[in-house]
Amino acid sequence: MIRPAHRFPLLSRLLHWTMAALVLAMLFIGIGMVSTISPRYAQLVSIHKSIGIVILVLVAIRLINRLINPPPPLPADLPSWQVVAAKLSHWVLYLLMFALPLVGWGMLSAAGAPIVIFGSLHLPAILPHDAALFAVLRSTHTVLALLLFATFLAHLGAALFHALIRRDEVLPSMV
Amino acid sequence: MPEDSIDRAPPAEATPDTATLLKRHPMQLLAIGAVLAATAAGFAYTGGFLTPQRLSPNHFIDAMETAAGGPHEGFRRAHAKGICIAGHFVGTPQGRALSSAAVFASGQPVSVSGRFAEAAPDPFAKDSSEAVRSMALRLQPAGAPEWRMAINDTPGLHVSTPQAFYENVVASTPDPATGKPDPAKMQAYLAKHPETAAFLARMKARVLAAGFAEDSYNSVDGFIFVAPNGARRLVRWTMQAEEPFATLTPAVRDARPANYVFDDLLARVAKGPVKWRMIATLAQPGDPNRAAEVWPADRAHVDMGELTIDHVESEATGNCQDINFDPLTLPPGVAPSDDPIPFARSAVYSVSFRRRTGESKAPSAVADKSAGARP
Repeated sequence: MIRPAHRFPLLSRLLHWTMAALVLAMLFIGIGMVSTISPRYAQLVSIHKSIGIVILVLVAIRLINRLINPPPPLPADLPSWQVVAAKLSHWVLYLLMFALPLVGWGMLSAAGAPIVIFGSLHLPAILPHDAALFAVLRSTHTVLALLLFATFLAHLGAALFHALIRRDEVLPSMV
Repeated sequence: MPEDSIDRAPPAEATPDTATLLKRHPMQLLAIGAVLAATAAGFAYTGGFLTPQRLSPNHFIDAMETAAGGPHEGFRRAHAKGICIAGHFVGTPQGRALSSAAVFASGQPVSVSGRFAEAAPDPFAKDSSEAVRSMALRLQPAGAPEWRMAINDTPGLHVSTPQAFYENVVASTPDPATGKPDPAKMQAYLAKHPETAAFLARMKARVLAAGFAEDSYNSVDGFIFVAPNGARRLVRWTMQAEEPFATLTPAVRDARPANYVFDDLLARVAKGPVKWRMIATLAQPGDPNRAAEVWPADRAHVDMGELTIDHVESEATGNCQDINFDPLTLPPGVAPSDDPIPFARSAVYSVSFRRRTGESKAPSAVADKSAGARP
């Protein structure tokens, strides 16, 4: 493996890989739970709410960390369209990691449903009970989740492109 | 966008352009494509897109809409014709000993709201044609988690599994050619599901109460009550009417107005509160925790408390109309059991709620009416 001259700080790497695992798990739990009627349904929904809030807290920490510890530079010879794609996709990922838990929380609030995480911790409603608002937010949650999955695939593909084809410092800088 | 990442590190060596790189590494490119395709396929599989025969909550609602001759937009896909109710619940010391749920804890009145409904998917069905009624409740103790339940006036349920429920809906779907369900399909279903035939026999023997107030409502499903000392008991419960039992002959029912059951409830609550006792039935080891199977009559009963309904009001934006009475909204002290039905109900109700909240809704059959004290 190339020893990177520029590497993400340890906290950045920890946050990245922890959130990578959580976000990927959330996408699969989310699509799985809405398509099942089995006894796993309730457990999946419960885990989904808890992880969602964990992601919301972690992404807030991560944004602050990013402002304090900026990422290492991209390879100097990276074509400019790839630089733009990289930066844009990173900000889209940040935006979605904030938006999905907030829309999820807001949607449960608008449904008038109790919002329970970790089995017994009750969160307050962040929006008024409003069925029409729920319907909009519920659909938004699905659209944003699919967008997040697509962005994740692009991110994974790009990481593998850097690691296997360009063989540059991008992946080593994050491991 | 952070300024720093616009600066570039000096190149270690010149890298060819992207097209050249991709041409030079066909196997790597193939491998990346395979990883992405496998991830996407795994996602699609998890979502059931590759296994259309696997029962999803959307399949359920689609089948129920088809059986109802199409969706009644804005209304619940089942138990569509209803009215909102409010009142309070007071738990007993025996109830407190059986479940640590906050609704039993204090012995003080706990705020209750909810909904009475008739089970058919048609929100404008004539009351005389309806055979099944339901009571949905939210019990909201101050400062403690709420409890939602949706319970029926039937002797158990007609099925014990979500799969059987689905098959029953499909077998009951009118044939487009005749406009009626195909009797051969229902015969085939009943042959495969004797538990439904047994339920229909119990329904035939049942005497339907005159109205919502005289009716009693059963949890149908089994739940676990967790005692303050941690002891877990499999239970079912009944909201047992305190109102003297009364019934109406089919001829009298047919002669009454289309919404007579709701009119009677409004008139009754205008005179004063209506009450039910919540009676838990304790399972013995070996009792089947299957919704279509009735437990022996000698099982121990525990009086958990008294429900008082003193207000009735038509469905409107913001009240019980916009509540999903998800039977898995349970407080600490009440837990799901291994009865598979509540899990499927929770998943399917969620789809019904999502669909109806996104549709515009006509006023309910019983509109702009209320009776009793304002909560």
